[in-house]
Order: sequence, then C-alpha cells, then structure tokens
Amino acid sequence: MSEEKKTVLNVEDLTVAFNMYQKGAFKKTDLEVIHKLSIDVKEGEIVAVVGSSGSGKSLLAHSILHILPKNAKVGGKIEYCGKELDDKYVKELLGRDIAFIPQSVDYLDPLMHVDKQVIGVYGNKERQREVFDRYHLDERVDTLYPFQLSGGMARRVLISSAVMEEPKLIIADEPTPGLNVEMAMETLNNFRELADKGTAVLMITHDIDLAFEVADRIAVFYAGTVVEIASTLDFIMGRGFLRHPYSAAFVDALPQKKFKPIEGTQPYAGNLPSGCLFADRCPYRDDECAGEIPMRDLRGGKVRCVHAT
Amino acid sequence: MNKKMKNVISESIRMALLLIAVSIIAFFLVINSPIDPLTSYVGPESTLSQEARDEIAEYWGLYDPPAERFMSWVGNIVRGDWGDSITYKRPVKDVISERFSYSFGLMACTWVISGLLGFVVGIISGMREGGWFDRITKYFCLMVKSAPTFWIGLLVLVIFAVELKWFPIGMAVPLGKPANEVTFWDRLYHMALPVITLSIISMSDIMLYTRQKLIEIINSDFILYARARGENEKQIVLRHVIRNIALPAITVQFASFSELFGGMALAENVFSYPGIGTATTAAAVNGDVPLLLGIAVCSAVFVFAGNLMANVLYGVFDPRIKEGVITYEHTHAHSH
Repeated sequence: MSEEKKTVLNVEDLTVAFNMYQKGAFKKTDLEVIHKLSIDVKEGEIVAVVGSSGSGKSLLAHSILHILPKNAKVGGKIEYCGKELDDKYVKELLGRDIAFIPQSVDYLDPLMHVDKQVIGVYGNKERQREVFDRYHLDERVDTLYPFQLSGGMARRVLISSAVMEEPKLIIADEPTPGLNVEMAMETLNNFRELADKGTAVLMITHDIDLAFEVADRIAVFYAGTVVEIASTLDFIMGRGFLRHPYSAAFVDALPQKKFKPIEGTQPYAGNLPSGCLFADRCPYRDDECAGEIPMRDLRGGKVRCVHAT
Repeated sequence: MNKKMKNVISESIRMALLLIAVSIIAFFLVINSPIDPLTSYVGPESTLSQEARDEIAEYWGLYDPPAERFMSWVGNIVRGDWGDSITYKRPVKDVISERFSYSFGLMACTWVISGLLGFVVGIISGMREGGWFDRITKYFCLMVKSAPTFWIGLLVLVIFAVELKWFPIGMAVPLGKPANEVTFWDRLYHMALPVITLSIISMSDIMLYTRQKLIEIINSDFILYARARGENEKQIVLRHVIRNIALPAITVQFASFSELFGGMALAENVFSYPGIGTATTAAAVNGDVPLLLGIAVCSAVFVFAGNLMANVLYGVFDPRIKEGVITYEHTHAHSH
C-alpha cells in the first residue's frame, strides 16, 4: 500500500461499553465489550477483521455506523476522511458515502419488495435496475419478497443495496456464511472490484481463508480489541512473519497449517485481566504483561504486545 | 386455490360446530335454570287454575324429554320461527334485528375509533418508549383495562352528562320527540357517550398491543439495517413500521369482537341505550327464554365472524402466508 493513499476510516482507541444488569446483580453496571481498538482503512483497500465468534466484531461495525443500542457508551475517536464522525455527520453519510452490508436476508423488511428496499430513500428505479443487471438479478427479482430469495440472490441483493450510491466506504459484516465456495469467492471478487475502483472496504469475517484471498491487510480481533494489523502477505508467509503470539496461534490453528489449537478460552468481557488480554494463554508472558499495553508500529504493521519483535 | 377452498370448508365446518355447541349449551342452561316459562309467560299473580296450567304445559311440550324439546326448538329455528319474546310481546326475530341495528352503529363507531386511536397512540408511545407520553398512556390503558366497564361508564356519565351537560344522560333518541322528527344528528348525539366509554375501554387493548409489537419490530435487524442505510425515524415508521404492525393490529382488532360485544352489553345498561345489550338483560330478568336463546346464537355468529375475518385477512395480506411459507398459527405463536 503506497503512502499517498488517503485514509478513509480511522478508528483510534475505540471503547464500547453497555450499561446493563450482570448475572446475579441488581444494579446496572458497565460491561466493556470493545477496548481501545484502533484500526484504519485507506481508499482502494480491503481490510479484513478476523477473530472468533462472540469476540464483538459486529459491534465494531455498529459503532462506526452509530447504530448501537441506546444503552451503549462509546469512547475514543472515529474519523471519516479526516473529519470526526459524530452523530450529525454520520447521518449525512449513511446510505450515500458509507454503506453497510449486513450478515443475512433477515436484515431486509419481510413485507417489502426487494427493489423498493434496494432503492431505499436515496436511490431511484433506473439506478436499481442498472445495479441489479450488473449482479445478474433479472426483473423478476424486483418484486420478490426477501423470504423468496435464494442465499446467493440475497447476497447479491444486499451488495446491490450497498453500491447504489457508489459509496467511499463499505462495511461488510460476515458477508459469506451460508454460501458455497464459488458463491463466496464471487462475493469477495465483487468487493475486490469495488476496492480497485477506489472504495475502502472493511470486511468483518471469521473466515480467515477468505480474508487471505482478497484482503490487503488483516486485523486480528481478540477479546474486544485488535491485537495485530499486518499485510495479508505476512499471514500467508506464516507465524515467523507475524508479530503477536495470538495471531501466530490463530494461523497455526488453521486446517491447512498445523491445525493446532491453543489452551484456554477468550476472557469474558465482564472479567478481563488488567494488562494484556491474551496474557493467561501466552507462552511468553512475564511481569511486563500486567501493565498497560499500547498499540505500536512494528515492521510495517501494528501490534499490541510488549514482546513482539 | 385448492388450499384456499380447503380453508373455507374447514372454517365453515368450525362455524357449524360452534353454533351447534352454543345452542346445546345455551338451551340446557336455560331449561335447568329456575325459570318457569309458564309462570314468566302468564305472570306470577295469575289466577290460572292448575288444570289450565297443565294443559298449556302439555301443549307447549314442557313435559317432553329435554332432547325432544331441543330438537323441536332447533326445527323451528331452521324454519325461521324464532318464537315470540315475552318481554316485548313481539317476534324474537324482529326484536333482535331492531336492537342489533342500534347496537351495530354503536359497535361500528367504537370499533373504528378505538382501532385508529389505539394504533396511532400505540405507535407514538412505542417510538418514545419510556418517555412521558409512553408512561402516561401505558398507565392509563392498564388502569382502564383493570377497571370494570360499568364503572367507567358511570364516570363518563357523571363528567360529561351530569357535570358538564355536554351530552344527554341516556337513551338513543330525545325523550318525547315524535319518531318521525328524530334526526340523524339526534341519534349520533345520543350515541356519543356510550361510544366514548366503549372506545376508551377497547382502545387500551389495541394500544398496548401495537406498542409492544412496535418495540419488538424497532429492535429487529431490518430496522437496524434501515438506519444504517440513512433512513430517519419518520421514514422508518412510514416505510417499515406501519406496514409490519398494521396487519397483526387489524387482526387483533377483528378478534376483539367478543370483548366489544361484552363491553357493549354493560355500557348500554349504564346509558339505557336500547340495543342488544339492554335487551339481553331484560330477557334474562324476565325469564324470556326465546329471546335469550336467539341472542345467544346471534352473538356467537357475530363473534365468530370477527375471528373468521381476522384469519382471512392475514392470508390475503401477508405475502408469506399467501405463498404458504408459514401458516397463520406460526405468525400468531409469538403475537399472542
């Protein structure tokens, strides 16, 4: 990635907490689910956020889009093209400059024809037809209800919605589950095409194989934060090129690598260790790991580990 | 089409079974009640001799076995002979059709007003969940739902008729006015208070339902996605919320015919409104068996018609049911 490319999305020290009842308690307390997360996406670039299920990846997307539930508290900084993305600014951008691709067809109104939904509040019929044609959705699809769509059609409808207004930033939340390999590849190639035209794509997925195929950079998500961001090449080269012990373990656990799991589980959001979140599963742990762990630049990537070299 | 025909047939069978069951139960309740049809016919102070009484009872078939009496009553009903009302000294059919025409206006107005008002208020308070408007309307509705109908009727009567004198205190037409001079406005004016009372009561159901359903929908994924695509609150309500709530709300409103009917009977008594409700009470008090049975059968038909319309509407308007993807029971499992 060359230096002159503009940063479209920049997230710094994002913290998300929910004010809620904990198990067995009668008073609402704050449950912090995303901790000091930093990530950035440049124009023409696909950044994949990978991590296991339940690590809060979707919440990252929802906080950028400002669609978190009312009891969420958001801290830190989110910038779009260098300007702070506050409630007011995001309203101007959503559906036009920033598009969201949700996980499934459940995100469509069950009682509305898909063409009207894809047109949304900003589009028009001609543009919708044009986009549908591009994704091989013929005119019969226009007047179908979401429950009548097949998995692949639903996926293409959701992507069509996202590209209606030619956005500068696309945030895709698990765009591939439920699709067979060919369909998944087709979807990812669609993203690649969009990125090659200059769109910045933030793709959230638990499928690292697919991330390998199209992403320019990969961010590894663990226990509510990003522990490492590095170029996809580093991940393909293997653990020796990675910076964080969790990313290394993550790659080792892949079927085509050593298929080797590591001990332990991700810590629960309500019960986090004070220092490094990975410390209790880490083979290199020492006293330094109990302190504050900043995100630092290392060999062209970023890592949140004091020992990484 | 085949499926539709099947539905129509099965609904018709259900209707027939319901009517048979209602007639049997009503009939046997009445003949086992302490009401003596003969005494209520001739009056308690009658000087009729015992022989004459026996003769009439014999002629009426009062000594026949219950099953035989039931069958002869059913036979007459089918032939169109509903008997004569003792209370009104007129054929039951005439009494019911006249009374129903009064009550029908009352129920139709109530049904429309409570439906629209409940729907709109439910949407507003659901959108502002936890806000002052939501809290006030929610507690008001819960209060109304727990209060007896006649008590609310009396309250409305005291406030609007006695204290403020805005509306007449009762009846369907002005007292002492010749029937041919009674205008449409007179009737409407007299209907106002019972309609207000009934609307307040019926509204709470539909309002609480709409509110609950809205909160459910507003937290669903497709609303989240609509937000993410830049739709504002107003667009979300107009484009998605109303569409998704209207159908279940209309269904609930149709299914509420039974409560509407029950509430009407009480409200009519409070306002001395000459509808089917007051006729029912009069029939019960006077031991007017033919009228009582006639009303029981008619009200069963009325309530069943409401439920039937609810079922049919769901099938017509929800594309998922129309295509047979999910069944009516399916959608109702979580709406009730």
